[in-house]
Amino acid sequence: MLKLIGKSLVAFALVLSAKSYASLEIVITDGVDSARPVAIVPFKFEGNTLPNQRIADIVSADLMRSGKFNPIAATRMPQQPTNSKEIDYQRWMKQGVEAVVTGTIREVGINRYAVRFELVDVFKGASGGGSSSAIIGGQLTTGLTHVLDARETTISGDQFRQYAHRISDIVYEKLTGERGAFLTKIAYVLVRDKADFRYQLVVADYDGENEQVLLRAKEPLMSPAWSPDGTKLAYVTFEKRQSQIYIQDIYTGRRSILTSFKGINSAPKWSPDGRKMAMVLSKDGNAEVYVMDIATKALTKLTNHRRIDTEPSWSPDGSKIIFSSERGGNPQIYSVNVASGVTERVTFEGEMNLAASYTPDGRGIVMVNRTNGQYNIARMDVESRYMQVLTRTYLDESPSIAPNGSMIIYSTLYGSSQVLALVSMDGRFKARLPATNGRVKSPAWSPFL
Amino acid sequence: MNLNKVLKGLLVAVPVLTLAACSSTDEVAATDANTGANTNQVVEQGLSAEELLRQQLEALRQDNTIYFDFDKSEIRSEFASVLEAHAAFLRARTNITVTVEGHTDARGTPEYNIALGERRGQSVTQYLSNLGVSAGQMSVVSYGEEKPAVEGNDESAFSKNRRAVLVY
Repeated sequence: MLKLIGKSLVAFALVLSAKSYASLEIVITDGVDSARPVAIVPFKFEGNTLPNQRIADIVSADLMRSGKFNPIAATRMPQQPTNSKEIDYQRWMKQGVEAVVTGTIREVGINRYAVRFELVDVFKGASGGGSSSAIIGGQLTTGLTHVLDARETTISGDQFRQYAHRISDIVYEKLTGERGAFLTKIAYVLVRDKADFRYQLVVADYDGENEQVLLRAKEPLMSPAWSPDGTKLAYVTFEKRQSQIYIQDIYTGRRSILTSFKGINSAPKWSPDGRKMAMVLSKDGNAEVYVMDIATKALTKLTNHRRIDTEPSWSPDGSKIIFSSERGGNPQIYSVNVASGVTERVTFEGEMNLAASYTPDGRGIVMVNRTNGQYNIARMDVESRYMQVLTRTYLDESPSIAPNGSMIIYSTLYGSSQVLALVSMDGRFKARLPATNGRVKSPAWSPFL
Repeated sequence: MNLNKVLKGLLVAVPVLTLAACSSTDEVAATDANTGANTNQVVEQGLSAEELLRQQLEALRQDNTIYFDFDKSEIRSEFASVLEAHAAFLRARTNITVTVEGHTDARGTPEYNIALGERRGQSVTQYLSNLGVSAGQMSVVSYGEEKPAVEGNDESAFSKNRRAVLVY
């Protein structure tokens, strides 16, 4: 309902140039050349009521945005097959395309569509599948190794985007061996300087679609953090002229206050089992890292130093918390064992290291690194301590890692505005998500949903 | 600039007000409401106690910002006179509270900057406390990098955003 109103508003807004939906677009700035060429052929439609979402476009955009694939444009496709039997493999080989996705959408009832797709390996098809004429002749049977996946599902008209992301997940996993993260969401803070309620907490699909404003506030909103089950967000507000940590259910909208201590209430991060919250409080005078049992509200103090300790983040197994500390002079990353309290320094390179978090496999740590006065996103290998600076953008902050570990979303300065940007874990692929309607900051990538 | 004048004005006004108030904060409020019937010197100046307070607050608000060096929270000596003026006022007006807002520039991370902003706010309250202001009159709120005074991302903007603001 609201979405419908939103759409008609967008139509009017063209005149006023005050578009308020789908505010994140993508501009790929680096890494397309090294991506694998694939083709998502436009799905053939059989029926009367054309669906308003184009599955092939959504899957192409997903794969492009993953940084690992370069889907070719429909105009460059040598043919437009609708199933694997129609594929002329030699022509796709010549085009250098590794894999082809074909599909059909059949209207089977009121607002019901049967969607069928096939993912085909071009090289296997060319070498093992006989001559192309035989394939066009329909001689091939199913179960051939060059058809990597084939499925048919019935969906309703409002499930096209979601199912397209599902296809992207399947294609990505079959071609890379790694789970796709296209059915995930991001939370972020949108700042609109001229709005009455300047600060908005927004949740959107990972690609910026289906924006949903969870909270509007006149005072700053900070540090959104996902619960491990993906149903709740913890965040910091200043509504009462002091910082407080809230927990809000993103589906019911219900929220409750978690902490409102004197001083700062900052940087909440859920434990992997969802029962505890790491946070920073200064109720005793200094910013220290605490862990709170969410059910009982019992607090455990993990750090005790007169210099700043902040930005806690859990190891994937929940045994350790890494945090930023100034105890050695400039801020660096330290690690504390939650059970024993034993603390050790983790980073030694760079003038500063801040806002660290573990990669999902626990083998890497992603952080903001300052070298020669530049703040960039860096990744350190935990075992070898090898540190690689991944970005060259300006004033990078708030890195958040996709649940499959493939990509980092972060906030950066582009022109004079804060925008979100993406960088792949190896640093090769880079993209910018410019917002059309405000400054965007504090992105938080959801877990698998 | 005109703060020294305000400061001198305060030193004069303080004994008068405390006398009139009979050292009870409730009565200060009552006298204020009573448009200065028994505050001789204020009447001579043509100001009610309420107006005087308003004028003092206005003057203090004109000069209520302390600036800091990058990643630092030490009070620079140039701000001593500003803080002395605020301290004199707060010592005289023990019923008035002040919130010190701590801010940072956009560099570094938002959560680290919340801690840095708080440290700046605490530097100010510690300084005022050393000048005899009661801890109960002061509170600190850190906004980190979330509420810049000026937009922009060069040193001139950064230096204006690294600040603590005394808010009455």
